Amino acid sequence: MSATGIGASVKRVEDHRFLIGRGRYTDDINRPGQLFAVIVRSPVAHARIAAIDAGEALAAPGVVAVYTGADMAADEVGGLPCSWLVYSKDGSEMKEPVHPPLVPDRARHVGDQVAVVIAETRAQAKAAAGLVDVDYQELPVLVTCGDAITDGAPLVWDDVPGNTCFDWEIGDKAATDAAFARADHVVRLDVVNNRLIPNAMEPRCAIGDYDPGSDLTTLYTTSQNPHVIRLLMGNFVLGIPESKLRVVAPDVGGGFGSKIFHYAEEAIVTWASRKLGRPVKWTAERSESFMSDAHGRDHVSHAELALDKEGTFLGLRVSTVANVGAYLSTFGAAVPTYLYGTLLSGCYRTPAIYCEVRAVFTNTVPVDAYRGAGRPEAAYLIERIVDEAARELGIDRVELRRRNFIPVDAFPYQTPVALEYDTGNYDATLDRALEASDWQGFAVRRQQAVGRGMLRGIGISTYVEACGLAPSNVAGQLGARAGLYESAIVRVHPTGSVTVFTGSHSHGQGHETTFAQIVSDRLGIDIEQVEVVHGDTEKIPFGMGTYGSRSLAVGGSAVVKALDKIVEKGRKIAAHTLEASAEDIEFADGEFRVAGTDRATAFADVAFSAYVPHDYPLEELEPGLEASAFYDPKNFTFPAGCHVCEVEIDPETGVVRVVAVTASDDVGIVINPMIVDGQIHGGLAQGIGQALYESCVYDESGQLLTGSYLNYCMPRAADFPFFNVGNHVTPCTHNPLGAKGVGEVGSIGVPPAVINAVLDALVPVGVTGIEMPATSEKVWRAICDAKGDAKGRAVAS
Amino acid sequence: MPTIALTLTLNGKQVSAEVEPNTLLVDFLREGRGLTGTHVGCDTSQCGACVVLAGGRSVKSCTMFAFETEGLEVVTIEGLAPAVVGGELHPMQAAFREHHGLQCGFCTPGMVLSAVDLVRRHPNPDEAQVRHWLEGNICRCTGYHNIVKAVQAGGGGGS
Repeated sequence: MSATGIGASVKRVEDHRFLIGRGRYTDDINRPGQLFAVIVRSPVAHARIAAIDAGEALAAPGVVAVYTGADMAADEVGGLPCSWLVYSKDGSEMKEPVHPPLVPDRARHVGDQVAVVIAETRAQAKAAAGLVDVDYQELPVLVTCGDAITDGAPLVWDDVPGNTCFDWEIGDKAATDAAFARADHVVRLDVVNNRLIPNAMEPRCAIGDYDPGSDLTTLYTTSQNPHVIRLLMGNFVLGIPESKLRVVAPDVGGGFGSKIFHYAEEAIVTWASRKLGRPVKWTAERSESFMSDAHGRDHVSHAELALDKEGTFLGLRVSTVANVGAYLSTFGAAVPTYLYGTLLSGCYRTPAIYCEVRAVFTNTVPVDAYRGAGRPEAAYLIERIVDEAARELGIDRVELRRRNFIPVDAFPYQTPVALEYDTGNYDATLDRALEASDWQGFAVRRQQAVGRGMLRGIGISTYVEACGLAPSNVAGQLGARAGLYESAIVRVHPTGSVTVFTGSHSHGQGHETTFAQIVSDRLGIDIEQVEVVHGDTEKIPFGMGTYGSRSLAVGGSAVVKALDKIVEKGRKIAAHTLEASAEDIEFADGEFRVAGTDRATAFADVAFSAYVPHDYPLEELEPGLEASAFYDPKNFTFPAGCHVCEVEIDPETGVVRVVAVTASDDVGIVINPMIVDGQIHGGLAQGIGQALYESCVYDESGQLLTGSYLNYCMPRAADFPFFNVGNHVTPCTHNPLGAKGVGEVGSIGVPPAVINAVLDALVPVGVTGIEMPATSEKVWRAICDAKGDAKGRAVAS
Repeated sequence: MPTIALTLTLNGKQVSAEVEPNTLLVDFLREGRGLTGTHVGCDTSQCGACVVLAGGRSVKSCTMFAFETEGLEVVTIEGLAPAVVGGELHPMQAAFREHHGLQCGFCTPGMVLSAVDLVRRHPNPDEAQVRHWLEGNICRCTGYHNIVKAVQAGGGGGS
């Protein structure tokens, strides 16, 4: 291992600029002559827009324009597309209502974009936005999954009966029914996966900048995938060819999925800039982020697990209602289907699985991918019902899991829900977690807690996720409307330094370091000789960007593929200069060497020859040393692991304190252990946040009650202990790095461990169930209920 | 709107400007002075991305008017270390790098400056002190694990 190669905890290259305040986020960019846009958003959840009077706003100081949906429609601006097509059980296509960037006649959620005010200053635009007079004629409102499927419910879309976007299924229903028919036990559980608001710390921002001279339009935006935005907005919304549209996603302050999607504001500022011939900038205030960034999760499920006498899983039956919000967001259809139903096998050999998902429109913000995206919902459901089964059958919960694990010698393993796991070792990660968490010592710790008057619980969960999206042909069969490869260009400069251009995008993951380590490792050069460029469609090759923990497994593999081409060409150049046959040239540690001899030439010398080809095989090779590659993965990757959480609950207040968290993960080969640990820490915090603190709450009229950091509980430093993380590695079998992906494992694995721990603490006092987030209020009420103490209910009523 | 004459020491240099009475310190820094290292992450004074030092104390620059800094010494993230080739980081900045206390970098300037104030008041803070102090700084990336380690290291103690 070289000092900066694969496996080294290299300090991050990108940190310096962030630490000295020289990061360049979108809102840090200001263009000459720039105007400011403020969006007029619907204050009501559902209304017909009878009239918009912008007269007073237009007359306000500094106002340059006020545009509405009618103006965009007049320019034939298209709707925001959904990139995944899902079919219902009956073979019909999902309902895909048009989603105009500015809604012309009907607002469908609080925060919906109704008009845009553009002025010389931000303050002027904001003041004038308050003067736009919109006549809202309110309509009945739907908020929850339950509201949407009620018979006779009002409709979010008049032409979508039952508010049903699709009614999808996966698995073998007959085989699953048969498994239940012969089961000795059936365990039933209703679970809710609470709606979350992603809350990357950098609010979204977009600047449209049309240059009338070159006819080139540039969009600066807070995106995880600038090429995807260029394709979607250019092709489907505004009709601008790729060659005339540049999308720049500079430093991006966190995404967690919420910055994958093509948002209305991007199209609005780009379109407006082209109309006005001046740059137009929009920056979200945090309160706008709450009501316009796509939300996550929001499932209501009923699950049934069939077991035989020994506790062997025979079948799993799941029925889920998924809230997609008022419109289908970019990945909105894929998350509750192919990223959810396909994961219901978990770590287990369940032979028959059937899942149906009814996706429903409601008068809420669109729901789309948020860290884990479908996979946390699957893991939560499985691991909750497995614990429930252990309790009902009186089998030790660890033993029940072990008994049903897919054994090491069963890989590759075909699940009954479409996926083929390539590799894994679930006993190994479980063993490691039990040891690291001192599972055996828990009884003593519980006893000590009793002495302090506290309820102590320990919980466990296992998970598998599918990431490294995705084999394009498979994704295409599943309804993806795009390829899911990744691209890289490796440009070797004349003196042997290297620039890598990647289609992946870093918004905190540290690609500038990790990708440089791959180059350092493969070419034997120091990391300081390597620069990684991402985030600008004018510089990087067409690529799909970063989400679903795909960057290293797919983007990193593209870099490897390009590096292989560099080495292959270098070998031919070295063969010429060393007067040997190319087949006899070996490359290692930064040197091309004639095998078995001391005749060698350094990588930098070969690079120099390629650009100063005075002694060079010009008849066989072009000068220069640069290679591009597109890597299309052969399969998904399957990180897996086991998480243990220990909590202490004060029965007087219901406050749940997380005492210890142990994560034992298999993310494949690790390039930078420091960065991998950091990714797991962050995922754990978001997962614990979902389990204990975070929840998006609308009232019955569709008003967002959790619309700021005053009432949406973001986890703080004091909410966590130090995390105990560690890996057990089984390399991915089908990509050249052996890497699986790490971005989402924390948020997938830990929520059920937390709730299982909370229930482990509460079941002894008679509590039978609790839903996320297990807030102190909810826990306190559950304890009161269990004691037959009317206190909790009295306050509730 | 009438303006107010303002003179302060900003990152070691005396600065004079005319500001509107309702100009927030963060807007003065970002838009008036081009110091974009100070970030705006919320609109309710919760997130702490905008923390700067004013008169030696950490303050949320979104919750202070620019004119309130009259006569004060204000330090932003840009002023914590010399921004030249080979310029050395402040020990707290160096500790954040060493301990991987940042990922996306957006909350980082506020975290670092808040931490600088903590260790000035409480050298060698223990874990609980650090976690409690950071109540007003939200990070979504790190789970705070490495931030706490970094602050302890940057404060001369901890691991």
